[in-house]
Amino acid sequence: MAFKSFKKLLFGFAFSPSLRANVFEVTRLASFLNASLVFVHVGKKTSEKEAQFNSILNNCPEVPSDVELLWRDGKPVNTLVSICKEINIDLLLIGALKREKMLKFYLGSIARELTRKAPCSVLLMINPSIERQACKHIVVNGFDSPQTKDTIEAAFEVGQALKSDKITLVEEVSESRVAVAVNDDRSLRKATLKKEKINREEKLRVVDIIKKIPSQKIHGLNWATQSVFGRRGYSIGHYARVVRADLLVMNAQEESTFLNRFFPKDLEHILAELPTDVLIIQSHRDE
Amino acid sequence: MSKKASFSESLRSIPQNVFSGFVVSLIALPLGLGLAIASEAPPLAGIIAAVAGGVVVSLFGGSHVTIAGPGNGLVIVLLAAVTTLGQGNLYEGYLYTLAAIIFSGVLLFLFGVLRLGAMSEFFPATALQGMLAAIGVGILAKQFHIMLGIRSVSGGTIEQLMAIPDSFLTFLAFHPFSGILGFLSLVFLFLYGKIRNPYFHLIPAPMWVVVASIAVGYYYNLVLKQPTPIDPELLIKIPDQLFTSLPRPNFDKWFDFNFLGVVLSITLVANIESLLSIKAVDKLDPKKRRSNVNKDLRALGLASIVSGFLGGLNVVTVIARSSVNVNNGGSNRSANFFHAAFLVLFVVFLGEQIQRIPLTALAAILVYTGYRLATPENLLRVYKIGPEQALIFVVTLATTLFTSLILGIVVGIVFTFIVHLFLSKNFFLFSINLFKPNVLMYREDQSGNYYVSVKNFSSFLNFFRLKTKLDQIPETEHAIVDFSLCDFVDHTVMEGIHDYQRTFARKGGHFETIGLDIHSAETQHPFAVRKSMPINALLGIQNSLSNRQKNLSALAEQQSWYYSPELNYEPEGLDTFLFFESKVINYKINSIQNPEGSFSVFDLSFSEGAFITKEDLKATFLLFKPTINVPVFVLDKEDLKTTLYSWAGFDDINFSKFPDFSRLFHLSGSDIKAIRKLFTPELIYFFESHPFFHLESNGNTILIKGKDRLSSLQEIKMMLTFAQDLSELLTSQK
Repeated sequence: MAFKSFKKLLFGFAFSPSLRANVFEVTRLASFLNASLVFVHVGKKTSEKEAQFNSILNNCPEVPSDVELLWRDGKPVNTLVSICKEINIDLLLIGALKREKMLKFYLGSIARELTRKAPCSVLLMINPSIERQACKHIVVNGFDSPQTKDTIEAAFEVGQALKSDKITLVEEVSESRVAVAVNDDRSLRKATLKKEKINREEKLRVVDIIKKIPSQKIHGLNWATQSVFGRRGYSIGHYARVVRADLLVMNAQEESTFLNRFFPKDLEHILAELPTDVLIIQSHRDE
Repeated sequence: MSKKASFSESLRSIPQNVFSGFVVSLIALPLGLGLAIASEAPPLAGIIAAVAGGVVVSLFGGSHVTIAGPGNGLVIVLLAAVTTLGQGNLYEGYLYTLAAIIFSGVLLFLFGVLRLGAMSEFFPATALQGMLAAIGVGILAKQFHIMLGIRSVSGGTIEQLMAIPDSFLTFLAFHPFSGILGFLSLVFLFLYGKIRNPYFHLIPAPMWVVVASIAVGYYYNLVLKQPTPIDPELLIKIPDQLFTSLPRPNFDKWFDFNFLGVVLSITLVANIESLLSIKAVDKLDPKKRRSNVNKDLRALGLASIVSGFLGGLNVVTVIARSSVNVNNGGSNRSANFFHAAFLVLFVVFLGEQIQRIPLTALAAILVYTGYRLATPENLLRVYKIGPEQALIFVVTLATTLFTSLILGIVVGIVFTFIVHLFLSKNFFLFSINLFKPNVLMYREDQSGNYYVSVKNFSSFLNFFRLKTKLDQIPETEHAIVDFSLCDFVDHTVMEGIHDYQRTFARKGGHFETIGLDIHSAETQHPFAVRKSMPINALLGIQNSLSNRQKNLSALAEQQSWYYSPELNYEPEGLDTFLFFESKVINYKINSIQNPEGSFSVFDLSFSEGAFITKEDLKATFLLFKPTINVPVFVLDKEDLKTTLYSWAGFDDINFSKFPDFSRLFHLSGSDIKAIRKLFTPELIYFFESHPFFHLESNGNTILIKGKDRLSSLQEIKMMLTFAQDLSELLTSQK
């Protein structure tokens, strides 16, 4: 189950004030990734709209060789999901909204639903811009999960494509694994030792994953690990904000099980308040 | 440390703890009797609580140097309980209250089991202070009349407050002798801190009051051959059959609405008082240990249950007695046990003398306690933090006085939140983020530092999240707390952060906060007050240089040293000296320093003890770095106190060749060999022939303390010469 490179990207667009920035951003990304790009608009095709879109596209400095434009009718979410399946899209690009004044980003209801239902990987972009902003620092999760290997591999691939400086692998460790309540000096010492031990184990685990990734994907990229003890799914988002990461790469939601029906899912905190651009990797286990 | 070593160490420390337990019992006796009487319970109820607390908490507790017993804060709650549950019959009410105490003990125990030790963090700091002040006013209002010998004043706190001037003008008509005795006791208590005589301070002030008033009674009986001029109504009564006549708690009302309210109030106040005290005492512990709060709560609950069944009040951790314990060398829980043991001995063998204690003298102690709880300084300090804080304080205080304690604290919490809304003008900030996690902590892999980032807002509502993370950082490490992602930080958090800063500094770690500067610049941080200012600075006394400051500045110039009149709230390098082990440093001011930085002289404000035994002191210190290595030692004048200490097992290094030096000086330290090597005949002669200073070394720096007050310019010059001569002598010994 090797990771499948992003060769076919899809961007569903609406005619909003940020369209120009979004188009610039996605065309740039597609050419960096050397991928083909499909634009989809859910709504009536009019010559006026087409002309507007084309004029934006023609202004883009870097346009990938293979660009397609589709116009479809129907409900946005279902339509986009079915197109993704139909033409085997690898990565779905979604623009996030910015909350006025609060400088916080969030997903609109359509984007949120799309993120959940997408059959492929998803990139949520918070700050599309016309000029290129270098993606210097990528933070990627190192959860103890079967999907993590693909996620880390994807992070390295994107890191190579975007010429990032640094990748940090963050292992979130639930406090409950420490299993020592800090009450006084003695329990504090015990908890600290236990954490150090877990920290070492986690590091070994993540390094093992990296060893399995083809070395040419890692070559030239700085990487480091960081364990964070705290609420899973929350801490990594906060961490990405603190270190001013340019991209956060996360596992997609695991299949819904009996347990995570009751507990908030890992991505929930991140989707509620996007710390930066977020790339959610859907691993293709069936391939 | 291995188990065996720690066991033998605790064996060796027993004499010290017997001694400190004894001194604590001297203050616990009058307080226990007084608090019980103030709650309208039999006088012994307070002693029973102290004994139950001393025994049970020393066996099962999780703190180290705290003392448990009847608490000040509970007086008001218990008094209300006794009067409302008894419906006129005080003794019946007391029996019902005992049942309530047992219930609250069970609740407290459960709090400990459920690890709710952090509960006190949910209360806004200022509202808590307002509530404590209200308790203080309540105690003061009621006891003031009794102190003057008037027992007839009734009614609520407000009525009693209004009646104070009247009582003051007319008390001579009732029981003039007892009234004057009470009033003089109060005056004495206020003056006690001003008398700087070490012998005098061996006995705590409340015990002086008791001993003196008993002595007056004896003087009348034995010398003047007259009956004591104190009305028997105003004397303590102890039942003759101490152990057979224990009252039985009455559980008949356990389902009653009033009763459950009482249980709730007792538990709330007991919990808050204990947690605040434990936190404060941990800061005084010379061994810098961290208490297991939840274990302590369980022990306190258990002790309250035991005490309730024996007819005693409920048991909380008490700050004043604990600080006396620390100041007298108490080092582990056995001191708490010994304090209980001495109390039993007192009651069994000195029963007759105890019955000679006039209630007016005890009431004076309580008036003083109430005053210290409600001192106007608190309001002034709170006002300086921000006018809105003063408003919260006053609203909580007034609500508690006019209604009840529970309602008071609830209004305090709600009002604080409204103030926060008003200040931040952002309801969504609170409503959206209240239940979300907002703290990230990790140990940076490269530097090994702990980094903590706080998001959104941080106030009393979610301080516990931050606190849980901070508690996981060993205090010997370097911690960085970043508030730059946080839009609002309230006063409770700032105060909590400041506590952490102190603890880290004490234990040799480093605690930094960053990201607040931007906020205060944007004025989004109305509570970004870093510390409470001392009263002098509040009143603007420091605005222009005083004469002494000008002289100091001139002295510095003359020696081409530097002078700085600025207040420094976190003077560095002092925590490592034994002298400051159980003292709290407030600030450093007026420092002069030589260009190399090896000599400095400065004034320091520090405090000793806590609450009613708290004494704020100011003294001038000199620090210098000797050119040779010196071991850790303390050199003090031999006096009654050090003699007592050496009986109690504190070491004194004596030199058989120099009997005069050994007689005059008290020298202690752990590395005896190195100390003996350092104290050459020349050095000993130097100390014998020079004026005396308290002197100690922390291993690389020597601290010299002047008088127990600020030194004059002349004295500072003497200190300087002394230190320079000593430094030269030490250098020549190389």
